[in-house]
Amino acid sequence: MTVEPAEKLLAPVLSAFWDDPRSWTLETYRRHDGYRALTKAFAMAPDDVIAYVKDSGLRGRGGAGFPTGMKWQFIPQGDGKPHYLVVNADESEPGTCKDIPLLFANPHALIEGIVIACYAIRSNHAFIYLRGETVPVLRRLHEAVREAYAAGYLGADIQGSGFDLELTVHAGAGAYICGEETALLDSLEGRRGQPRLRPPFPAVEGLYACPTVVNNVESIASVPAILQRGKEWFKSMGSEKSPGFTLYSLSGHVARPGQYEAPLGITLRQLLDMGGGMRPGHRLKFWTPGGSSTPMFTDEHLDVPLDYEGVGAAGSMLGTKALQCFDETTCVVRAVTRWTEFYAHESCGKCTPCREGTYWLVQLMRDIEAGKGSPGDLDKLNDIADNINGKSFCALGDGAAAPIFSSLKYFRAEYEEHIERKGCPFDPARSTAWADKYRTEAHA
Amino acid sequence: MTDVSLGIPEMPAPDYPADVRARLESDAKEVIARYPGSRSALLPLLHLVQSEEGHVTRTGIRFCAEMLDLTTAEVTAVSTFYTMYRRKPSGDYQVGVCTNTLCAVMGGDAIFDELQQHLGVGNDETTADGKVTLEHIECNAACDFAPVVMVNWEFFDNQTPESAKALVDDLIAGREVRPTRGAPLCTYKETARILAGFPDQREGAVEASGGAGPASLAGLRLHRGEAPAHTVPQQSTGSAEPAQEGE
Repeated sequence: MTVEPAEKLLAPVLSAFWDDPRSWTLETYRRHDGYRALTKAFAMAPDDVIAYVKDSGLRGRGGAGFPTGMKWQFIPQGDGKPHYLVVNADESEPGTCKDIPLLFANPHALIEGIVIACYAIRSNHAFIYLRGETVPVLRRLHEAVREAYAAGYLGADIQGSGFDLELTVHAGAGAYICGEETALLDSLEGRRGQPRLRPPFPAVEGLYACPTVVNNVESIASVPAILQRGKEWFKSMGSEKSPGFTLYSLSGHVARPGQYEAPLGITLRQLLDMGGGMRPGHRLKFWTPGGSSTPMFTDEHLDVPLDYEGVGAAGSMLGTKALQCFDETTCVVRAVTRWTEFYAHESCGKCTPCREGTYWLVQLMRDIEAGKGSPGDLDKLNDIADNINGKSFCALGDGAAAPIFSSLKYFRAEYEEHIERKGCPFDPARSTAWADKYRTEAHA
Repeated sequence: MTDVSLGIPEMPAPDYPADVRARLESDAKEVIARYPGSRSALLPLLHLVQSEEGHVTRTGIRFCAEMLDLTTAEVTAVSTFYTMYRRKPSGDYQVGVCTNTLCAVMGGDAIFDELQQHLGVGNDETTADGKVTLEHIECNAACDFAPVVMVNWEFFDNQTPESAKALVDDLIAGREVRPTRGAPLCTYKETARILAGFPDQREGAVEASGGAGPASLAGLRLHRGEAPAHTVPQQSTGSAEPAQEGE
């Protein structure tokens, strides 16, 4: 099979000028057509902006893939209540690492998208909820917002449009659950971040019980390019149901980890082929298509189109397009144990199945990894995961069940091996980033 | 009787000295004014009280409650939910080693083990000189730079046990330390003030470490037909190479 050249397969849009020495500044952004989409939006009626984004087919990039324009359309108009836009920048899903580099290198794409979205949904106050553990990004957001106010892209009567918008940057305080949109809203209201029962949905009763749109960073940041270059251009990439470009994050035992912006529907094989494959001398064992909450894949799934439908049809979810790749040196039981510990730690405690279930999953997984498991434990794992999956308010519980189900499906024999030989057959030292360097030296 | 500490602060708490109180009140009012509902300012205010004392004290809880017309119980309930709020005195530099699956497998576990031995402290413990608090952290959205270490929430990418030990040695010796992505380190208290919503005023802090990190540019460089960037350079004192670039 011939390898298609990278320039054909990739489509840098949001990342197109990240290598500019001062990519995060207003000056650089404007030099790359920044804030020109805003002028186009102001020339349209707000409802027409919503319809345009809906027609483009843009779907949420935070994991669920819900059509962005439709979310905007759900906001009741003429209701006399304030409307809010809240940008979810709480990127915390294990493996997910696209919004943080995007905001570090190009924060104005998000700010322009926010102004357009707020104009469309008729909101005069927007919030960026950034996870607190990324201070370098917070610094650049503070600066970008300051620049945008000074240049008249935020504040009163933006660019003479008569439209007013305040934008508040809000730093979280360390809680994965706040990436769930209703927990995020509770957190933004100064409470413990616990998910709300829906309905009512945020579009009806969100922040301060007012109509609220919660969108992922990448979704909103994609809007200016769509308006500037046209919905037909956007739809020329990807598939009919999953149009456009997106950021794929390649990590783990690959030769060249990093951000790869491409049309939706690219495959992991294509990404690996152009990126130099796995690290030399190793082969892919398992990977996640969109973070730890998306059921894992194996080397059988290298040709699955990485779009919403393609990944769904293969039994997982596109999620955040966080492609964590693990090679044959990695113990799947160890990997799943660690993810399970994460879910137990991050369970907010509101729903019993998730709070108690993740606790018991950790006990079982640790025992199995340590060689203290018994044959009945595997069915018990499945049973507990089944009692969490779909039985809590939010998707954190489903996320905890996904690695258990999928690893048992593809690697049951490896679990059994741990139990039979009463220990882990893998050497963790061989999985480290420096393992092969030291081995090479030792043999030199 | 067994001493069972639930970590619930004893009330009533003493107030700040008058001058500190006046200064923090002025800051708090500025933060509260950013939100349509005052309670939304609680997370920033908890960061603010950490910027004063390094952790959330009972005095800080009382202050937040008074500023927002909440009970101290309501404030405590929130402050104990979030991992970034410290509940006891800690070091000037919080060294967090990512041990979520991907970083752990790529070497985070080994780095964390070696740092515990090197510093003689366990998880969430502080060195005797009060400089470094060590902890393991969850995924910090930098998996393409694994293994990752955070110091006061600035990125130290592509770490090895050797580079991480050199890093903490530098922190303890008081040498200037620069992250691979982020600004030259300030103390934990100064970091907490940025988190409370007060921009970093230091000259050059925003542009420090330049644009995107090398891994962030992987796809862009391929698209342009350029050679891959080298992975992040190590600390000057670090001896080990980062993960090799494959061709």
